Amino acid sequence: MAQAELAHGGHEEHQTTTGLSHKKLLMWAFLGSDCMFFGSLIATYLVYKNRSLGGPLPEDVFDILTTSTSTFVLLMSSMSMVLAYSALTRGNMNGFRIWLLSTCIMGATFLGFQVFEFNEFVNHEVHFECSHLEDLTKFERTFADRCDGTVDEVFIEHAGLTPRTNLFGTTFFVLTGFHGGHVTLGVIWLLAMFFYSLRKGGITPAKHEEVDLAALYWHFVDIVWIIIFTVIYLFGVFPGF
Amino acid sequence: MTTLGIPIPKRPIHPTGVWDWLTTIDHKKIGVLYGVTAFFLFLTGGVEALWMRVQLMGPEADFVTPEVYNQLFTMHATTMIFLGVMPMGAAFFNFLIPLQIGARDVAFPRLNAFSYWTFLAGALILKFSWFMGGAPNAGWFGYAPITGIEYNPGNGIDFWILSLQVLGIASLAAALNFIVTIINMRAPGMSLMRMPLFTWMSFVTAFLLILAFPVITVALIELMFDRFYGTNFFVTSAGANPLLWQHLFWVFGHPEVYILILPAMGIVSEILPTFSKKPLFGYPVIVLSGVVIGFMGWMVWAHHMFTVGLGPVANSVFAVTTMAIAIPTGVKIFSWIGTMWGGSISFKTPMMFAIGFIALFIIGGLSGVMHSSAASDAQQQDTYFIVAHIHYVLFGGAIFAIFGGIYYWFPKMTGKFLGEKLGQLNFWLMFIGMNVTFFPMHFLGLDGMPRRVYTYSEGMGWDYWNLVATVGSVVLALGVLVFLHNFFKTLISGEEAPGDPWDGRTLEWSIPSPPPHYNFVQIPTVSDIDDWWHRKREDDSSLAPVAGSSEDEHDIHLPDPSYWPLVTAVGLFIGAYGLLYTLNIGTFTGFPLFAIVGGSITLVGITAWSLEPVNEPDSDH
Ligand SMILES: [Cu+2]
Repeated sequence: MAQAELAHGGHEEHQTTTGLSHKKLLMWAFLGSDCMFFGSLIATYLVYKNRSLGGPLPEDVFDILTTSTSTFVLLMSSMSMVLAYSALTRGNMNGFRIWLLSTCIMGATFLGFQVFEFNEFVNHEVHFECSHLEDLTKFERTFADRCDGTVDEVFIEHAGLTPRTNLFGTTFFVLTGFHGGHVTLGVIWLLAMFFYSLRKGGITPAKHEEVDLAALYWHFVDIVWIIIFTVIYLFGVFPGF
Repeated sequence: MTTLGIPIPKRPIHPTGVWDWLTTIDHKKIGVLYGVTAFFLFLTGGVEALWMRVQLMGPEADFVTPEVYNQLFTMHATTMIFLGVMPMGAAFFNFLIPLQIGARDVAFPRLNAFSYWTFLAGALILKFSWFMGGAPNAGWFGYAPITGIEYNPGNGIDFWILSLQVLGIASLAAALNFIVTIINMRAPGMSLMRMPLFTWMSFVTAFLLILAFPVITVALIELMFDRFYGTNFFVTSAGANPLLWQHLFWVFGHPEVYILILPAMGIVSEILPTFSKKPLFGYPVIVLSGVVIGFMGWMVWAHHMFTVGLGPVANSVFAVTTMAIAIPTGVKIFSWIGTMWGGSISFKTPMMFAIGFIALFIIGGLSGVMHSSAASDAQQQDTYFIVAHIHYVLFGGAIFAIFGGIYYWFPKMTGKFLGEKLGQLNFWLMFIGMNVTFFPMHFLGLDGMPRRVYTYSEGMGWDYWNLVATVGSVVLALGVLVFLHNFFKTLISGEEAPGDPWDGRTLEWSIPSPPPHYNFVQIPTVSDIDDWWHRKREDDSSLAPVAGSSEDEHDIHLPDPSYWPLVTAVGLFIGAYGLLYTLNIGTFTGFPLFAIVGGSITLVGITAWSLEPVNEPDSDH
């Protein structure tokens, strides 16, 4: 594994200075760079937190139970990625393929959740009964004056959150959208590897580093999501943050 | 050859002529491509500057309209920073780093080619804006919300955003490549503390690049989404804070200053010992101060925002950190002077530029310390005093070092000496021109002349020094013309240079000029700082310059050329325009046809690239 790209196909094998492979170092350096990328997006989100001039706001749209589920699925995908890599290094090609495919499926499931969630937010509706005005969110309260005695309940069909609605929508969709983009790339990468592994000699235990790189990326994307989930979702709905 | 059923055209194994340049992955040729392209773009930035100097020659001139003037200063700065100085630095990274660390190429040769072509794509997107409805006009810092669609509806800012995004991809790819190269491809014995100073400073620069560019990438994405898709990042009527852009931009922008100057410092640190015939004074101290500058560069960004009202505490903190960063810089200057002290100095052209660098950089550094004081900066902000400062550090600093570097390494690159007499003329014209142009701007600034304003009234007392500055800029331009003359004259009939023309100290001088495509017949084993210098003095004939011997050449396997990096970059070029130019098909508005086409080309390029082996199994060298 510790051989220079230059040496592939050559007669001799060059050792690298550090013993680490070039690609591994490249991946680590890239992930360092990507940290600054997500760091800047999260910083933007935090700078604009509680600064939206109108709703909907996090407490209106977030459904922690749904997002916890998708977070759990993504976490499990990291575990199955570990199992896939470990199967490969032990030479268990079938185990590798199964775990790799299940990683892809869980990644895709997470993306499905995200699509569902975005769709829910965009089509958010406000619906409350005029007898329970004290339970309303800040956003819902802006419609409270419709309870003028002539109606029992208020129903607003078009109260969705889009990237254009307010600062929350702008920062939320762009941040989670870019994370989703990273997950999508990861799924494509892992799927490509899965199909490549079906070819004879495509992926072999000797080429485990190719999988290791994808796994590194996958875990990174997973960790970024844990941060987003904590900072944006959990801190967004629980008071005191 | 087919892979996965896709017919892949034959790989160019031994291309010639244009194909050779289009498919090359040789770090030396890519260095030349970077250098020539960047120098041409540097000239276009110079023309933009001269245009402004003509307009400012006298009061109330109408040589250009205010609108064009706004475009001129924006394009001048963006060009010089992103298309001039940075890629000229990249040219030196490419050509020198593998030679200085004793490697045959960079870690990822095809990624390196991709960096160049992507840089070219970004450069073209920016420069074509002149012919596609107007150049960007909001300064190189592009403050939002004035760059928002509401206040700046033309396409200029769009081109600026797209160009910088594409250039960012190029810089990121290059920086990642050089980080891996420097960490992992050093010759045996080349420990970090034996690395040549230029390689060291490039190493720090590469880290600054990978950490700083994502920040401006995010800022540009936000601005782009505001402009293209109607988001609210910088829309003040939706509650946005205009300072967000300034923070993001300068968190990138100040490290960017060091991205521009650290390679220049590295070049000077190579030239001075060679022409003083002395080792660099305090090598570990210079390395350390370079690293410290790299770290501290992250803690000073708000000194660009002293007048926006961050409050006395923030202003004081950033004033102190800014003053503190002068310490490692000062340490470097003392080390350079210490290097020359007591040396037998030969005042060849490269040395003249290096000494010029020190002198001018000290002036720029001192005026920098002056406006590190928030109170003093409040007077100087947005005046010509700042223009004077930035040109002393970036022209007197970065550009002088780059010219010195060109004169120094030209014999290595081409096997020919640039003319010494013309070189001296080149230096003195540029040195005098530079001072006559920019020194008066200190007076103009302290006298209250605002920058970025297309003209000034008679009777403000600014006529005289503006005229002087314009005359100086003509002298400066003459200096650059002398360089061009020298360059072409040398290419046609230059004096032949040997492998080690200056009695050099670092490994690149141990091989013939120009270097063979495999660089080193045998990878050297390093046992000292300035290893080559020591080996020459050990008087061991077995360690004489290694000339290529045809017998050995056959055993050296280098990566084969590839056109996929070019294809991938072409896809990015088309795709970037595709984000701007969308189609309306029937009721479907904004269909991004070109983005899809470009994206597909890039995807094909990346896929074919990743399936392509580094070497064709049947290639014979
Ligand atoms: Cu600064």
